[in-house]
Amino acid sequence: MRNEDLFPLQEVTADAPERLREVAEAEFRTIGGRNRSTDGLHKSTGKAVYTDDMTFPGMLHGKILRSTEPHARILSIDPAKALELPGVYEVITGKDMPTPYGIIPWTPDEHALALEKVRFVGDAVACVAAIDEETANTALGLIEVEYEPLRYYLDPEEALAPEAAATPIHEPRKPGHNGNVLKRVQLEFGPVDEKMEKADVLVEGEYFFHGTTHTPIEPHCAIARMNQNGLLEVWSATQVPHYLHREIARVLGLDVAKVRVVQPTVGGAFGGKSEPFDLEFCVALLAIRTGRPVKILYTREEVFYSHRGRHPMKMSYRVGASRDGRILAVDAKTILDGGAYASFGLVTTYYSGQLLTAPYEMDSYRFDSTRVYTNKAPCGPKRGHGSVQPRFAFEISLDKVAEKLGLDPIEFRRGVFMGTGRTVNEFRVQSNGFLECLESVERASGWMNKFRKMGYGRGIGVAGSCYISGTNYPIYPNPLPQAAVQVQVERSGRVTVLHGASEIGQGSDSTMAYIACEELGVPLDYVRVFSADTDLVPVDLGAYSSRETVMVGNACVMGCREIGEKVRGSVASEWGIEPSHVRLAGGWAFDRRDPASPERRMPIAQAFQFAEAEHGTLGAVGHYNTPKEGVHGEYRGGTIGASPAYSFTAHVAEVDVDPETGFVEVKTIWVAHDCGRALNPVLVEGQIEGSAYMGYAEAILEEQAYKTGEHQGALHDAPSLLDYRIPTSLDCPEFVSLIVESIDPEGPYGAKEAGEGPLHPSLPAIANAIYDAIGIRIDSLPFTPDRVWRAIRDAEAAKSAEEVA
Amino acid sequence: MKDIITLHINGDELEVGVSTHFTLLETLRYALGLTGSKQGCDKGDCGTCTVLLDGQSHLACIMPVYEAIGHEITTVEGLADGRTPHPLQDAFDLCGAAQCGFCTPGILCSSYGLLAEKAHPSRDEIRRALSGNLCRCTGYTKIFEAVEVAAESLRSGADPRDIVAERYDLAFPSRSMQSAACAPGSTGASDA
Repeated sequence: MRNEDLFPLQEVTADAPERLREVAEAEFRTIGGRNRSTDGLHKSTGKAVYTDDMTFPGMLHGKILRSTEPHARILSIDPAKALELPGVYEVITGKDMPTPYGIIPWTPDEHALALEKVRFVGDAVACVAAIDEETANTALGLIEVEYEPLRYYLDPEEALAPEAAATPIHEPRKPGHNGNVLKRVQLEFGPVDEKMEKADVLVEGEYFFHGTTHTPIEPHCAIARMNQNGLLEVWSATQVPHYLHREIARVLGLDVAKVRVVQPTVGGAFGGKSEPFDLEFCVALLAIRTGRPVKILYTREEVFYSHRGRHPMKMSYRVGASRDGRILAVDAKTILDGGAYASFGLVTTYYSGQLLTAPYEMDSYRFDSTRVYTNKAPCGPKRGHGSVQPRFAFEISLDKVAEKLGLDPIEFRRGVFMGTGRTVNEFRVQSNGFLECLESVERASGWMNKFRKMGYGRGIGVAGSCYISGTNYPIYPNPLPQAAVQVQVERSGRVTVLHGASEIGQGSDSTMAYIACEELGVPLDYVRVFSADTDLVPVDLGAYSSRETVMVGNACVMGCREIGEKVRGSVASEWGIEPSHVRLAGGWAFDRRDPASPERRMPIAQAFQFAEAEHGTLGAVGHYNTPKEGVHGEYRGGTIGASPAYSFTAHVAEVDVDPETGFVEVKTIWVAHDCGRALNPVLVEGQIEGSAYMGYAEAILEEQAYKTGEHQGALHDAPSLLDYRIPTSLDCPEFVSLIVESIDPEGPYGAKEAGEGPLHPSLPAIANAIYDAIGIRIDSLPFTPDRVWRAIRDAEAAKSAEEVA
Repeated sequence: MKDIITLHINGDELEVGVSTHFTLLETLRYALGLTGSKQGCDKGDCGTCTVLLDGQSHLACIMPVYEAIGHEITTVEGLADGRTPHPLQDAFDLCGAAQCGFCTPGILCSSYGLLAEKAHPSRDEIRRALSGNLCRCTGYTKIFEAVEVAAESLRSGADPRDIVAERYDLAFPSRSMQSAACAPGSTGASDA
C-alpha cells in the first residue's frame, strides 16, 4: 500500500527527513513550541465569525425593556400600544417564562424577565421582537409599566441591618432569616484563637475591594431560530454552552435533546459570559413565538448593567506570626456585596475564604464570609473568581507582617513556602513552583537594589498567589465525565478533534490541536478542531475556573493515545519491530532507534492507512474526571475550591507616585507564573500578560460604581467605555512574563492553568509598591489620584498633629 | 429614507443601498456583509470599528456613511494581497497578538496606517498610534511585538516567520510555523 497511489497530490508539511534525528531526540515535537494558533489568521483577516456577524433570512431584532427602578413591585405591564406599532411582531414579559433559574442549582432566584419585582436598575422587564432595531427601540417606549417603588439598598451593611429584613430583596429561603443574605460560610481550620494569642507579631487591617467588571470588547449577542423539525437552535456569545443548553430547555419547558446551542467565535468573556443571560431566553422564546429567527445584541450600556463582575468586598484581616517568621493564625471576616441576584455567589462566598491557603504554610485559619444582596447589577465570577479580593487583603497583611518582623518581604514569603502536600484546609497540592516564581521576579526586577532603596516617590512591591486548575466538581452534581473529546483520524492524514471546551480567546482550540499533533505525529495544518456546538461535540462544562487545559486536555490525550497505539502497532507489524520503537512525529512514523533509516520511515498518512486497514475506521473518545479520593477534606464545603492541580504566581511591581497629584504610574510588572508545563509559551505569555494587565487596571483605573442620591441613586456611574476607563496602550506598564514549569502529575504533560492565576498578585504588589514609595498604606481600592492624594494629605495631617502634640 | 450611493472599498467600486442615517460601520456590516469591522460600543470609544480612509484611520461607527463617499476605504478584509496575508496579519498570529480577536481588525487598520507613515516606528510611536484601540485580552505587549515584526518584514522583505524564529531562537522555525497559506484553519461550527 503506497500513500502516493491513494493521494497523489498530497502536499506534506512534514519535517525534512534529515531532521528526524533531532525530532527523535526531542521529548516533544509540538508541545512547548511557539506554534501558530488554529484561529489567529482567521481573526487577523476578518474571517472569524462572531455572533453579531451572523444573519438569517427573515431575521427579527429583539430589544429588552429594562427597569428604571432599583427595587419595586411591578403592578402592571401593558404592551398594547407597542403591539400596535407596524413592524412589531411580539412582546413578551415575565409571565411568559415563569420558571426561575440560576447558574447554581441551589440558588435559582432569577427570571428571564422580571416576574413580580425588579431588583436593580437594568433588570429585564419585557422584550420586543420587531422587523428592525429601530422599530424595536421605538416599541420599547410604548410599553407601559407601573411600579410600586420599594426601599432599596446600595450598601450591603444597610441590607444586613435587622430593619432591612422587613422589605428584603428576595424572600428568605428559610423562615426567620434576612432575605438579603444569600449565604454565610464560617470555617475554621486549627485553633485560631489559641495560635493568635501566641503570636509575637499581630497585624490587623480593614481592606476594601471596590468592584470591577469584565468589559469584553464584544457585547453579548444571541440569535435563535426554530426549525421545521422542532429543533430550537441558539447561537450565543457564551462561555458555557452546556449550561446554557440545559437552562434554555428547562426555562422554556423544552426537551433538551431538541435544543442546539452553538458558540460562535467569542470576542472576550473573562467570566462575564459564564451563565445564561436574559437575551438568550428572550431570543429563544421569540423565535418560537414568531417562527422567525431573532437576534438580540446588547448595547454597551447593557453590558455594564448585565455585569456579573467582581464582588465588592469589605474584609477584616488579622494575621499572627511568630518571631521566627511563621504564620500562626489568619482570621478573616468578609462581607460580599452581591448585587441583585445570586449568580455564582454561593461559590464566590466559599472562594473568598477557601482559595487563600496556598502557597504559604499557616498553622491555623478561619474565615467568616457573608454574601449580601443589594439593589445593584448582580456580581458574579470575573477572572480569578472570588479570590482576587481576599488575596489583596492577605498579601498586604503579609507585607505588614514582614516589616514588623524586620524581614525582606520576599525572604519572609520564602520562609513560609508550603511546598507540596496539604493546605491547612486540606487541599492536596502535588506541584508547587512558587519558590522559582519568587526567585524569577526577584532576579528580573533587580529587587535587591531597589526595595526600600529608591527614595521618596518610587517604590517596588511583591505579592504571591495560588489558583485552581478547574474545580473538582461540576456545578450540578452528576457522576458523568467533566470533559470529553472525540477524535477522528482519516486516511488522508487529517485529524479532527471534536471537543466541548469554549474557545474564548484563551486558546483552548489550539491547545487541543497541539495535543493531537503531539500524540498522532501530524503537522499542525492536518488538524481540524470543532468545538462548543452541542449538536456536534461531547459535553464539556465550559470555560470557567481555568479548567480547559487540564480537563479537556487530559480527555484529548486519552482519545489521541488510543488511536496512536493502534497506529504504532500496525506500523510495527509492517516493519517487524516493537510498537514502542515506533514514533509518530513531525508528519512521519519512524523507528525511533534509527530515524535516518528510509526503510523504516513513512508519511503519517500512510501509517494511518495501515492502522485503518487493520482496525477499521479510526476514531476514539477520551474523557476526564477529576480524582475524588484524598484530594480535599471531608468537611461541609471541603469540595469547593478543590482542584486537580494548583498554579502559583509571584509579581513584583514598580511604581512612581507623584505626591502632588496622587497619580500612581506603574512602570513595570514582572510576573512569574507556574503553569506546570507551557503547552505553547506564546499562549501562556499572552495569558500572563493579559492577567497582569487586568489586575493592574483594577488597581489603578476601573470601578463599577453607582450613583447615590434621590434622583440618580442606583444608576451605574459610568456605563460607557469612555467613562469606565479600561487601560489604553498608553496607560499600560511594561509586562514582563516569566514562565515557571513545575510539571504537575495530574495535568496533561504536566500542564496547569495560566488564564486566571497570574491576575491575583497585581493588586497587592502595586499596593505594597506604593507603600515602599511613600510610606503610606492604602488598603482601599482603586488607587486613583484623588484617593492617593487624600491618603498622603491625611498622613501628613496626622503627622503634624503628632508633632504639635 | 433610503438612498443608493457609491463607495470605494478595498479596491472595488460598489453601489450600495443604505438608510440615510447609516454610519459607515452599519453600511459595511449590514448593507455589504463586510463583517470584519466590528462594533464594540457604537459611540466611538473602543476603536474596534477602525477603518482607513485614504490611508488614515477613522472610526466607522461614528462616521455618517455620506462622509465616506469619494474616499478610498480600506477594511481588515482589504489588507491582504490576494490569498497572502499582510505581514501584519501574519505577525499577529505568530506573536499571539490576537486572542479573542475582536479588537484585532481595528488595531490592524491603525497599525497599517502607522506603518504606511513610519517604516521603523519606536515602541512609543506604536503605543501612541494604537491608543484609540482598546484591547481587553493582551495587555498590548504582544500587539506591540507583532507590529514591530511586521515593520521589520516590510522593511527587509523577510518572512515574519523567520523574524519571529530568530527572536526566539526556535528549534524548528520553518516547520513549527507553517506558512500563512497553509496554516491550520479555524473550523468553528459557527462558520457553517
